[in-house]
Amino acid sequence: MSDTFHLDGAEVPFESGQTVMQAALAAGHYIPHLCYHPEFKPHGSCKLCTVKVNGRTTASCTMPAEAGLEIESETEELNALRRTLVQMLFAEGNHFCPSCEKSGNCMLQALGYDLEVHTAGFRHLYPDRPVDASHPDILLDFNRCILCELCVRASSEVDGKNVFGLAGRGITKHLIVNAESGQLADTDIALADKAMQVCPVGVILPKRVGFSIPIGSRRYDERPISAQALDDAPRQSAASGGCTACEE
Amino acid sequence: MVADASMRMADLDPILERRARDPGALLQILREIQELRGNIDTATVTYLCAQLGIPRTRIEGVAGFYSFLNLQPRGEYRVLFSDNITDRMLGNQSLLEAMCHQLWLQPGKVSEDGLVSIATTSCTGMCDQGPAMLVNGRAITRLSLQRVQEIAQLIRNRTPLDSWPADFFRVDDNIRRGGLILDNKLAPGDALRSGLNIGEAGIVEEIKKSGLRGRGGAGFPTGLKWEACRNAAGTTKHVVCNADEGEPGTFKDRVLLTRQADLVFEGMTLCARAIGAQHGYLYLRGEYRYLLDPLQDVLQRRRESNLLGKDILGQSGFDFDIEIHLGAGAYICGEESALIESLEGKRGIPRSRPPFPVTHGYMQQPTAVDNVETFCSAALAIQMGADSFRAIGTAKSSGSKLISVSGDCPRPGIYEYPFGVSVREVLEDCGATNTRAVQVSGPSGICIAESEFHRKLGFEDLPTAGAFMVFDDSRDLFEVARNFVHFFAHESCGFCTPCRVGTSMLKSTMDKIAAGHGTRFDLAEIENLDHVLQTTAHCGLGRTACNPVLHTLKHFRPAYENRLKSLDFEPAFDLDGALARARQMTGRDDAGAHLKTEET
Repeated sequence: MSDTFHLDGAEVPFESGQTVMQAALAAGHYIPHLCYHPEFKPHGSCKLCTVKVNGRTTASCTMPAEAGLEIESETEELNALRRTLVQMLFAEGNHFCPSCEKSGNCMLQALGYDLEVHTAGFRHLYPDRPVDASHPDILLDFNRCILCELCVRASSEVDGKNVFGLAGRGITKHLIVNAESGQLADTDIALADKAMQVCPVGVILPKRVGFSIPIGSRRYDERPISAQALDDAPRQSAASGGCTACEE
Repeated sequence: MVADASMRMADLDPILERRARDPGALLQILREIQELRGNIDTATVTYLCAQLGIPRTRIEGVAGFYSFLNLQPRGEYRVLFSDNITDRMLGNQSLLEAMCHQLWLQPGKVSEDGLVSIATTSCTGMCDQGPAMLVNGRAITRLSLQRVQEIAQLIRNRTPLDSWPADFFRVDDNIRRGGLILDNKLAPGDALRSGLNIGEAGIVEEIKKSGLRGRGGAGFPTGLKWEACRNAAGTTKHVVCNADEGEPGTFKDRVLLTRQADLVFEGMTLCARAIGAQHGYLYLRGEYRYLLDPLQDVLQRRRESNLLGKDILGQSGFDFDIEIHLGAGAYICGEESALIESLEGKRGIPRSRPPFPVTHGYMQQPTAVDNVETFCSAALAIQMGADSFRAIGTAKSSGSKLISVSGDCPRPGIYEYPFGVSVREVLEDCGATNTRAVQVSGPSGICIAESEFHRKLGFEDLPTAGAFMVFDDSRDLFEVARNFVHFFAHESCGFCTPCRVGTSMLKSTMDKIAAGHGTRFDLAEIENLDHVLQTTAHCGLGRTACNPVLHTLKHFRPAYENRLKSLDFEPAFDLDGALARARQMTGRDDAGAHLKTEET
């Protein structure tokens, strides 16, 4: 028999070793997130998934699930925090959705819509981040990087290549590639790499496939991210528990 | 070509051999290369990749994280002015300008001939004898215009640092008031013998009974930490001494490591005995590089006296030794889990907790991390017994506390008091007059005004890691807070969104207010930012980053309001400021090159 905790009043079962985020998604409960990806070890940097556990705020993706926890997620207070965090990420980089190939498939943009982020909130920092178009098949547009480290993790953990890494500190932290020249063309990245598939925003793009799906028919144009994320998460089989009853 | 390249790298081989080409020693390797060559260039990184068998993203990631490691050439002489508020109050900015002027260069830039660069760095822990600087990592104290001019001349003449006047590098201890720790008369090994007499479990019990709490600021009960570590399952346990004393205004560990190194190591060895550790590490902040050799000598002497090494004091199987790791300019490494990451040769990013270091610390093994002063107090508590130790201080804060006093007072330095001393007593002892405010425990601590000077230092009231910066009535507390805000933005590790972006936003808001463009809206925004940082930041740095502003707003609101425009809102974007670059390029600064502002 598995233990349970409460998420916004609903009973959520979990298996030992699961974090709050993993258990919630598996049971069909969405908690907003950006740097969390079901296939990778949680790392807890974006803080979008902040929830209140027994009255204390913490990132749900790294918080180990424990029996009897009382967790709040879908509250105005927490969503206000998440809105501010999304505003911070927009202000930190250079994001121009109308001209971005990832528009409609971008998690940051989708979260912006879903959380109803209506204003910029902060003065934009307009960092100087030149693009890397050196590779014949792949474009890197660092302007959109939100430093979630998913490509770093995918390249090292799945592809076994370490194509990406992070350098710098604080607001100067930035994505780097594994080449003496500092250019993607001189790395061993390949189109089939996992690292090519995990960028939640529009940094890592295959060349020559621009706008093959028209804006308006893209992933988050069809369904909001809160619904889409549940489809992507590994779900519990119907046999293992009555969690389907919890779904609204 | 290849042979040529490896010839140019031959000087690195002794460093690599000494560290056994261990990628876990990456930070120490990089630091030593930096010291040898002045920077770590592209070819060197390529060579290290091959030698250590790790990707260059990892090497560049680590090198780019620590302020004292340079991937680009920064000149033969790299001058860093300490830029704590206490250095500023002693005039470091005009000294920096004078030096730049004399050497014909701009702050932050390298001179055309590659001779010298001049920039600023976070507090170097010399607040009692500032303004201070680091030249190629070596501390220079008591700067004056004359001294700065002499230094510029020495640099221009390319005089090797070893030939500079020794007095430049003199660091005074400035002990103004001794006590339990500073006046102890123990001989090396005394406390250790007492510990051996009561046994491993006895040490833990005695420390628990003594009521000793961590001196790094958080105040976690030391006995409970040691007990948890002792009971934790693990093959290899570790003792780590946190000597990464980075909180601006703190310098007590510098003095303890100078005067009481044996007591520090004795405390670490007792901890090792209690928890069953064989390896200890002292993580020394890079700014205290000058202490490395004397500390190594103390360790060697203790090995020769059988106080370290195998079968310590004849106790068969009691093996323990201590290694010193140097930091390289990252305040965040004072956070215990970031410190452990740094010990492992990585970027100093605080870990997600749980698990805690007592079960999963260095190399994922149980690790007890304690402050320098905590280890000193632990050794004394074992030597004198828990009851005698507990008799000193207050009910919930037993023992004594070292206070690092700096700022506006005639007698800055180290003061040791039993816990429970009031702020006013410290002010009287250091001779401060017309005091407007005291920053207790550094920027992440609390700023108090005269109405609160009766408050007492201790865990019951004003917990402190030891910093005590005094500001008299000539000081502008807004500028104090702005200095601290810049510090946090500079030292944020950048891991989590709220701290990485929030500290920069806070900095730009404070700069906006300083430039006379602030409004009431901005003050409200600061409070909102504080809420976001308090609730979502990954570690204490982010959570406390707004404190300096909130505390000074509470007590000294006019310092802010005098600067505000009467408007409700004013954009941060400065149209005239945007033309500065164009003015510089065209060499114009006449009225026609400026936009009129609406100020009357």
